[in-house]
Amino acid sequence: MLTLVNIELYKIFRKWRTYIGFIAIAVLVPIIELAMLAEGERSLDFMTRNLQQSFVFVGNLLNGYLISYIILNSLVIHIPFLIALVAGDLLAGEATSGTYRLLITRPVSRFNLITAKFFSAVIYTNVLVFWLAIVSLGLGIIIFGVGELIVVKNSSIIIFAKYDILWRFILGYGIASLSMMVVASLAFLLSSLVENAIGPIVTTMAIIIAFIIISAIDIEIFQKIKPFLFTNYMNSWRMLFDDPVDIHKILESVVVLAGHIAVFFGVTVYIFHKKDILT
Amino acid sequence: MDNEKVIEIEDLSKQFREVKAVDNLSLTVYKGDVFGFLGPNGAGKSTTIRMLVSLINPTNGKIKIFGKDLKTNRIDILKHLGAIVEKPDFYGYLSAYKNIEILGKLSQTDVSNKRIMEVLELVGLEKRYKSKVKTFSHGMKQRLGLAQALLHDPDLIILDEPTTGLDPQGMKEVRDLLLYLSNEKKKTIFISSHILYEIELIANRMIIINKGTKVVEGYVEDLLNSNNLKVSIEVNDIEKAKAIINSSFWNGRIESSDSNKLIFSLTNDEIPKVNRFLVENNIEVSAVVPTRSLEQYFLNITEKGE
Repeated sequence: MLTLVNIELYKIFRKWRTYIGFIAIAVLVPIIELAMLAEGERSLDFMTRNLQQSFVFVGNLLNGYLISYIILNSLVIHIPFLIALVAGDLLAGEATSGTYRLLITRPVSRFNLITAKFFSAVIYTNVLVFWLAIVSLGLGIIIFGVGELIVVKNSSIIIFAKYDILWRFILGYGIASLSMMVVASLAFLLSSLVENAIGPIVTTMAIIIAFIIISAIDIEIFQKIKPFLFTNYMNSWRMLFDDPVDIHKILESVVVLAGHIAVFFGVTVYIFHKKDILT
Repeated sequence: MDNEKVIEIEDLSKQFREVKAVDNLSLTVYKGDVFGFLGPNGAGKSTTIRMLVSLINPTNGKIKIFGKDLKTNRIDILKHLGAIVEKPDFYGYLSAYKNIEILGKLSQTDVSNKRIMEVLELVGLEKRYKSKVKTFSHGMKQRLGLAQALLHDPDLIILDEPTTGLDPQGMKEVRDLLLYLSNEKKKTIFISSHILYEIELIANRMIIINKGTKVVEGYVEDLLNSNNLKVSIEVNDIEKAKAIINSSFWNGRIESSDSNKLIFSLTNDEIPKVNRFLVENNIEVSAVVPTRSLEQYFLNITEKGE
């Protein structure tokens, strides 16, 4: 299995499209950080204007933690596209290029082949999220330093002490990774159904956008189906920045997300096992 | 040739919705055979080959390879089988060497530099081993296809139209390679083609299929060296020639005719006699083209797509 995963990772990282995600993050995040460096103080001042009448803010509030929190909030919606770009190509790409014929005529079970491809999709996803963490949190800390994290939620404001933040980010990126793995496994499932990689990429994004819209609209019927949409759990990392942290709710989200991964992978295995290779 | 059965296909069928691509096909390939699998385009050759290498699942029927059921012994069988299925596609963004190395690793075989270069040399690609496959011509990809099929030194080689897209020299080289593998390395070779001549040159046994069913199976020598020939004789005056033939000993031997050709059913010995008879009766003969009945049949189904 290790050899198979190595081969799949080698193939993934020899394709130019794999680096689009890394390049996008490497370009976009520093731009945001530079913009914050220029305009951040004013934005923070605006954000806390009402509170400044009752409180006095001291210390470095515009710090690497705040920058990373803002970036994670905004990019977590866009990263799925970068994930789908690679995961959606893993099976459909073999069909398009005709290389399924080479793979499946080797003395390897279809289950092992699909599992190796799935693991490599999971590894790619985690590496990409890790890269996001390094660039946003690492570079943020280098440029802005560390300090207390100020989080505005609904009408309340929470300020976390400097020493109480890093573990929240580590777990937060972990949950963000899990969410992105759901996206990867959905794109992977769709990839097993078709013979062109564009279809799974577009369909994955369409599903995510549709689910997010349904979740956002305050209509009773939509609210009833909301708990069944995986997108509803993709922002669970934010719960780590509550005080107190609701561990049960976070665990529930983790179970739901992991369940989705297992189901999507199971269905892919079934489809791939039955599939006639006609390309 | 040996009596050990390498491939046994029994009542094999494949249905794609309303199309029956393969219909109750049975055949046997023995150890050491170079087995020609012939049929016009769309006859069901590639579908059968895809079932043989487990790319598609049969609707009905049984496939046994090396005496083992393919369904339950797939991995075991594929360890000793090398194949090219339809056009040879590779990872275009990787070099020829890397493609072979990856496929070798998947086949759990020796992927040492020596072995990879050995097979690349065998197919004449040793000088292009570093080149990305996307820069290869169709012929070069076809050769690389052969290299990947031979890498793990399989006992059975299944080739789906391996000379398609090759120039005459390339076709000859592939034929020579297959004959070498059969004669020197004692490999069993199952080769599909829609060109009868190609099969005749290398195969000892063959089957012709059409519309997914068997038309004929047997030894190439028996099937093609029949003494029943269709002979096309081109003459200057077709009406006069017909009249002379019909009033002679050769009456009833004309099968059909067109504006300047008479098609006879003759044996090898009779061809010069008919020719001489026509010339002696002042009919100018400009061409005599004998074709074997099986060849004629094959040409008919290939041309008409019957």
